[in-house]
Amino acid sequence: MIFEIGIYHYTILSAFLFFTGVFGIFLNRTNLIIILMSLELILLSVSINFISFSVFLGDITGQIFSLFILTVAAGEAAIGLAILVVYFRNSGNINVNEINKMRG
Amino acid sequence: MFASILFFIFSFLILASALLVITSKNPVNSVIFLIFSFFNAAGIFLIAGAEFLALIMLIVYVGAVAVLFLFVVMMLDLNFEELNKKTNFVKTGIITSGILIAEMIVLFVYYPEEQSFIINKNNKLNSLTNTEIIGSKIYTEHFYHFQIAGLILLVAMIGAIVLTLRHRDNVRRQDISSQVSRDQEKNVELKDITFEETE
Repeated sequence: MIFEIGIYHYTILSAFLFFTGVFGIFLNRTNLIIILMSLELILLSVSINFISFSVFLGDITGQIFSLFILTVAAGEAAIGLAILVVYFRNSGNINVNEINKMRG
Repeated sequence: MFASILFFIFSFLILASALLVITSKNPVNSVIFLIFSFFNAAGIFLIAGAEFLALIMLIVYVGAVAVLFLFVVMMLDLNFEELNKKTNFVKTGIITSGILIAEMIVLFVYYPEEQSFIINKNNKLNSLTNTEIIGSKIYTEHFYHFQIAGLILLVAMIGAIVLTLRHRDNVRRQDISSQVSRDQEKNVELKDITFEETE
């Protein structure tokens, strides 16, 4: 029955959200901000996975770890955007293909 | 039944707005669709029964992270025409995402029939609310994780401030040590005033 929401529905939703995020990283190679947003989408899909398994297994640990994912995502967004602002102040663009000053 | 229809609506809106995040031409539109995607994810969490995480998701993402993104998009004076040139990495992206989708399909096909994980249905979980359970676990079993999460937030805050702080020379600043070390002899000049007698 398709109208009974089970663990499969949540897993498929989170999988497609994850693929969208990964594809967004490759699609927008010229815009660093959208790459950071794609990372947020990937973290959101992992959160959905954690929460759905936590609810369906009756174990609260998944929701607690989703809270920690939220913490790390907020810190990552703050640090990433700070680095982005500093880089834009120094070089004038945020093109990912031209960020090769360290010759790595 | 009603929750199922809501689940399909929310998940369709999440996927559509995620696609619009990565394909829209203006980064401001991307941020708006990201906010919309997080709203619908909060709805999904509410349907699943995780009320606390749904509301925390709204507060943290919509209130803080999305506003941070919007500020940065508006602060950087970007040239949108130059940004919209799609590069030749589309093929690589399709290949990578395809490999991930194929892995997921293989996982679904070879899913074991008997459930190998243990479903832990204790009654204490059902009698308390979601927030009470999270609060009772996070301060006892996961106390050290909680402290480390606070430390991560502190490091992120200090890091962002240190990275974006900039010292300019021609700005008048408050110098506390020179303020405190002022004394009366150097800075106050006492003069004797002779009063002229008026008639």
